[in-house]
Amino acid sequence: MLLAFDTATAQVSVAVHDGSDVVAERVSEQAMKHGEHLAPLIAEALASAGATVSDVTGIAVGVGPGPFTGLRVGLVTARTLGLALDVPVHGVCTLDVLAAEAVASGAVVGDFLVATDARRKEVYVAGYSAEGTRLSGPDVLRPADAASLRPVVGEGAVLYPADFPHAVGPVRPSAGWLARLVLSGTVEPLDPEPLYLRRPDAVATAARVAAERPSP
Amino acid sequence: MTRMNEPLVLGIETSCDETGVGIVRGHTLLADAVASSVEEHARFGGVVPEVASRAHLEAMVPTIQRACSDAGIALRDVDAIAVTSGPGLAGALLVGVAAAKSLALALDKPLYGVNHLASHVAVDQLEHGALPDRCLAMLVSGGHSSLLLVDDITLGVTPLGATIDDAAGEAFDKVARVLGLPFPGGPHIDRAARDGQITIDFPRGLSTRKDLERHRFDFSFSGLKTAVARWIEAREASGEPVPVADVAASFQEAVCDVLTRKAIDAAVSNDIDTIMIGGGVAANSRLRALAEERAAAKGIRVRVPRPGLCTDNGAMVAALGSELVARGRQPSALDLPADSSLPVTTVVA
Ligand SMILES: [Zn+2]
Repeated sequence: MLLAFDTATAQVSVAVHDGSDVVAERVSEQAMKHGEHLAPLIAEALASAGATVSDVTGIAVGVGPGPFTGLRVGLVTARTLGLALDVPVHGVCTLDVLAAEAVASGAVVGDFLVATDARRKEVYVAGYSAEGTRLSGPDVLRPADAASLRPVVGEGAVLYPADFPHAVGPVRPSAGWLARLVLSGTVEPLDPEPLYLRRPDAVATAARVAAERPSP
Repeated sequence: MTRMNEPLVLGIETSCDETGVGIVRGHTLLADAVASSVEEHARFGGVVPEVASRAHLEAMVPTIQRACSDAGIALRDVDAIAVTSGPGLAGALLVGVAAAKSLALALDKPLYGVNHLASHVAVDQLEHGALPDRCLAMLVSGGHSSLLLVDDITLGVTPLGATIDDAAGEAFDKVARVLGLPFPGGPHIDRAARDGQITIDFPRGLSTRKDLERHRFDFSFSGLKTAVARWIEAREASGEPVPVADVAASFQEAVCDVLTRKAIDAAVSNDIDTIMIGGGVAANSRLRALAEERAAAKGIRVRVPRPGLCTDNGAMVAALGSELVARGRQPSALDLPADSSLPVTTVVA
């Protein structure tokens, strides 16, 4: 059993793949509650698949890019489960998951972009071939600097229609497609390292005002 | 003496800049692995939350592995997982809470999301055995300065007083900065003060008769910090050298004088014969000495864990978790949130 999850967008997505297909999938109902929702959704998805944690033979995790706090919840969960269950952890770029679903569902025919919400009026963006091979990115850019008339998959196209007028395919990454992508062997698995794309110093100044040494 | 029938508890702490994983059996400390990102924050002069959170993610698995190896146990031997769920930095807490949930899920063991402050109290059981039925806890650190009445640490604590502005450790950091000493300020001021004399009479916050009517057990260190800065400015303006060691000693005395005076007043007025001191500032040598001296005069016993257990660590979380398991307290649910402002009165979230 492959346990897959992605926390690189506002939602948490969890899936269980039994080797032939996705047998359970769960998506969080509330946004930005990664820390609260991920573990219960994993337990629910495994139960729904008639499995227990001891049946898990591998873990697939979206490594972003995405908002840092949620992204870290997914990565630390994947790494810690990998350690405790003694199973391998496969990282996949979250934008590749959206691209794989767009290609498989026939939403795109030629070259296309994937764009997700990077907040602070920016998008995470990558370019793909018609087959779903990443040709550029991922980068973090202002929508105007990434503007394109090509088909654009992901929430970025929904948020910035003026810059991405041709929105197609899935809006949010699905852990089911993350699992399928890993098992298809068509992507090079990455280490479960977060793709932050922004330096921590960039957020340091604002954050410091709030808390200089807040823990006892 | 370790008894094998006592619960083996793993505790995780990530509320600030230390990634701590501790393992205890009953009151016996088996491992206390800590990875700190303090060096990365030094150039900012304070903890940068995003830098701390990134460091927690990177340190988590290696620190768990080191703790297990130090304790000579396998993860599957663990009976329960405890984790700091608040108070602290939201993003930093989340990393520890998510890791703890993963362990609870993978090992099918109970999860306890616990209060960081209660953990600072519980840790002394690893050093000096069971806490007395009633004690006064003074927690002093970069984030808090509180006086707490503790009857049963697994049920709750009663806050008697707290700082109304800066925490004691924060004052150490800020005064260190104006003296040109590195961050974190506590250990550097302690060291500098050893070569100095208490020559300057800096103000004692909330100590006048009028203040004591409303703030008998509260602290204030903001005015003291300002007074030190003004004193140094005046010295520099007059072209005289700043006697760093004397300023450090005099400032440290002002802080320790107020802390110990109020702690002993709180203990005496509540008829308590034991004061427990915890938190990073409890590592200060003058605070320990002055507390011992003044408490002894009143027949009060002082318990202070060794410095490594006063600063943030996973052992203190495991120590509280162990007590919760032993008393049969209800574990937390798997949707346990990280709560950056968890009230001191909530022991288990
Ligand atoms: Zn602390």
